[in-house]
Formats: sequence, structure tokens, C-alpha cells
Amino acid sequence: MEPKTEPEVTAVEEALVEEELLVEEISIDGMCGVY
Amino acid sequence: MTATQSSPLTLISKSASTKTQAVPPLVEQLKGGLDAPICLTWELTYACNLACVHCLSSSGRRDPKELTTAEALAVVDELADLQVFYVNLGGGEPMIRKDFLDIVDHAVSRNVGVKFSTNGYYIDKAAAERFAATDLLDIQISLDGFDAETNDAVRGKGSWEAARRAMDNLADANFGEFKISIVATRHNVDQLDDYKKMADEYGAQLRVTRLRPSGRGVDSYQDLRLTHPQQQQIFRWIMDHPDVLTGDSFFHLNALGKDTGETLPGLSMCGAGRIVCLIDPIGDVYACPFVIHDEFMAGNVRDTGGFASVWRESDLFQELREPGAAGACASCNAYDACGGGCMAAKFFTGIPLDGPDPDCALGHADEAVAAASAAGVVPQPSQDHSRRPVSLGAKPS
Amino acid sequence: MPSGSADAATQKRPQADHPLAFDSSAKWERSAKIGLRPEPFGALAYHFDTRRLVFLKSAVLVQLVDGLVDHDSADAAIEAIVEPTDDRSRQAHVKALASLAEAGVIEPVTTAISSVG
Repeated sequence: MEPKTEPEVTAVEEALVEEELLVEEISIDGMCGVY
Repeated sequence: MTATQSSPLTLISKSASTKTQAVPPLVEQLKGGLDAPICLTWELTYACNLACVHCLSSSGRRDPKELTTAEALAVVDELADLQVFYVNLGGGEPMIRKDFLDIVDHAVSRNVGVKFSTNGYYIDKAAAERFAATDLLDIQISLDGFDAETNDAVRGKGSWEAARRAMDNLADANFGEFKISIVATRHNVDQLDDYKKMADEYGAQLRVTRLRPSGRGVDSYQDLRLTHPQQQQIFRWIMDHPDVLTGDSFFHLNALGKDTGETLPGLSMCGAGRIVCLIDPIGDVYACPFVIHDEFMAGNVRDTGGFASVWRESDLFQELREPGAAGACASCNAYDACGGGCMAAKFFTGIPLDGPDPDCALGHADEAVAAASAAGVVPQPSQDHSRRPVSLGAKPS
Repeated sequence: MPSGSADAATQKRPQADHPLAFDSSAKWERSAKIGLRPEPFGALAYHFDTRRLVFLKSAVLVQLVDGLVDHDSADAAIEAIVEPTDDRSRQAHVKALASLAEAGVIEPVTTAISSVG
């Protein structure tokens, strides 16, 4: 992650990226190999 | 917020506080395999009252080495201890087993969710009531044509009627939302809208999955597989109907979205031996239900250490969890989207596993499929429990 | 019993329909309807009614989910369990909890008799 010149932009982006990293939903049907 | 770009200390503390940055994307973690399957398919019996031309397990006759009731319940216990979230029961026709309800009830009592896949013949009113009263249970009725003519050509005379009757019985018993599952073929792909309407009328969830050249499918594949225009048709249809399930079985078609960046919902990866697998009626553990062949057999639940040690320690599964090479597909700019497609489809059409999927949407496998077929290098499944030579329009017993 | 039944729908919390409206000052707990399975980088949570499968991608988040019931509010739980407790980290974990609430992995602790049938 590259530092930005705008601290606010950096903070928001990092928070969003962290949120994506912490929880991810997957579909139990979305797995290939079960019929 | 105090984040600035100028202080190296700030940068260091950012990386320390976001330990999660070290976590790879979910899909990459799943490719490396989990300590236990998320879910798996368990074929309870090779016995079946039908003789569908494309049966992926070549079912018909019961195998004398079938797991006993005690062995089956022990498998349930193992799955529960591993915290497998749900088990997908099938066969053959799973309801043929006399201990079917015992197995289902035991799984439910151990908090393992159950979905079973059935042709519906045995779902009479009493069975429907019983299922409606059972917790953690999902039912999937197989149907391969909107009308009897299309369906019965593949599944046998009377099978459409029996499936519809089962659906009516489930609806009358207020079972709630069950699944209707179709294998997309050349002959039913134009009926998808009709299917959706049927599912909506029942309040059922529609599932459309890929035909693979597995089991008896090896022989009927050339007659039933989608044409290239039909692949585009179904890709578009699935994108337009995100509430229709696919079991992630069409990710090989993601190549069709490479220019627009569209991908079908799902993980778009092969789960075999990594997050899912198959247990067959005699306890053999295969990478997935579409590769019932010695090449893809990892072990047997009757071996010392049971299912858990097969899942965790078998050579085959450890190999499948290694990163794969793109091989012949490395130079194709669609590879990131399609991942090279389905290993089962390649294997049973005689294509090398690092080659293109036989149904490569960009046509990269068309010659290879024809050549392999002509040269007779197409493998046969290792287990064939078919009751008799199967032909289109065969009447079920 | 079917998946995605009406009962499951009414279990969704009003705040949880809109993740930004997640009430972190309320007391929450892990749902009894989920299976939570540890994984190398966190845990998998499966909701038996809705059949939704959620990946919790940090061990700290898992500890937080388990520890929610021991604190009077989600905020207090985050203070106690998550380190470091800077604003970014707090925000990230509130947002994560909001996603988990929407998925039914966590539920508010009801202190009054529920009027929902």
C-alpha cells in the first residue's frame, strides 16, 4: 500500500481494505465438486 | 486519524496493526485445502431404480461391499467431529437404502446439515410429511427437461411424472423451499425460462449444473453437450438470473466474460480434494463425484484413520492442494478467468490435465477432443454398476 | 425443514439491514444457529437456517465474536479484545461486526421478552 499525500484518503482506503480483509462471505453452493 | 506518508514509524505501525494484510485472498487459501471439507457429496448406494443415460456414478446395481448401517453412522460421526457443515447425500437413488432415514436423522442430530439429491420416486405423501418435519434438511429433485418428452429421453419413461409428483407432495406437505436441479444439455437449454417459472410456482430454488463426461456421461457426452452458441446463451442466462444456483459448475465459461470483466457468481475454482470430495457407497474417497476413477481415488473410509486421515494425509489430496501450472493454457489471456476449467471433463475426454477444458468456450480444445476420441484414448470410469446397456428412452424398472 | 424460511428472515435485526446502522453500543452475542469452525487464519461460520457461509479472516475477530457476550456492548468488547485500539482498528472491527450481524452470525442480546413469535 503506497502512502498518499492526503491523510484522510489514506485512512478511508485502509479502513475499507481492512473491512474487506476481515469478513468474506462465500456461497455454500458456489463450490465446484458437489452435485 | 494520524496517518501520514512521511514517518517510517507510522508505516511500520500500520502494517503491525493490520495483521490481516498477511492473510491471502480467500480463494487462494481454499486452493491450499482446509483441514476438513466445508461440505461433501456422499453417495449412499449404487442401487437405482432409474438408468439415466448420463449418470455420473454409472448407478443401477447395489454393490455388495456397500457400507453397513453401523459404518455409515460412524462416517456421520466423523464428519460431525470434523465439523463438516453439510453433507450432500446421493447415489444411485439414496432413498432406496432402508436405513436412509436413520442416516439422515443421525446427521441432523449431530448438527450436520443434509441435502439429498433424488429422482423423487419414493417421495410419497408420508415421506413428504416426514421430511417437512425434519430440521436442517434440504431436498434436491433431479429433472432434465421441462416436459416429459425431453426429460424422459434422458432419464427414462415415467421419471418426469414421478419427479413432478414428488414436488407436488413436498408442496402439499408445506416442506418449504426445495431445490429443482437440472443438468444443462443441448436439448433442454432452451427451456431454462420455463424451468425458472416452474420453480417459482413451487416456491422452489432452481439449480442448473454442467453436464460432465463422467460415468455413463462418457458415452452420451457428444450427443448432449452444449454447442458453442449454447454456451454463450447459458452464460448470459446465468448472469441474468443471479438467484439461480449453479454449484459453481460453469466457471470454465468465465472466459466469455474476459473482455467485459463479467464472472459468474461462485468461487470459480475446482474444489476437488481441497474443500469438497466424494465418499462412494463402498467407502472409497474420490476427489469429487465427477472423477470416479482410480486415478482420483484417495483412499477408503475403512482404512485405519478413517475419513479424516484420507482427507488430511492422502497423497492424492496433498497433490491437488499444490499450486497447479497453467500448462498449455498459460498463453491464453482468458486463463485468469477460467482457471483452465474442470479436471474431470479433461480426464474423461482424454485431454491432459494441464490442457484446455474440452468445453473451452474459446474453442481451444475442439481439435484435441476429436483427436482423443478418434484415437480411443478416452478413459472409462473405474466403477460401473449399470444394470444393463443403457439407451435413450429406456423404461425404468 | 427448508432453508431461507420466513423464520430466518425475521431473525434479521432491523439495524443489521443497513450495515452502517449497526448499533455497536448494544450488547451482542454469537448466534446459537451457527457452526463456527477454526481455520488457520480465523474461522468459518455457517448459519444452519440461512445456509450462509462466512469467512472470518482474523483470529482476533474470532475472539471478538466469542467474547461479545461477556461485555455490555460491542464497543466495550472491541476495547477489551482488539489490539491496537486505534480508530482505524475500531472502525474496521465495527464494520466487520456489522457484516456478521447482517449475515446472522451475531445477534443482539434481548433482555426483554421477545414479541417476535
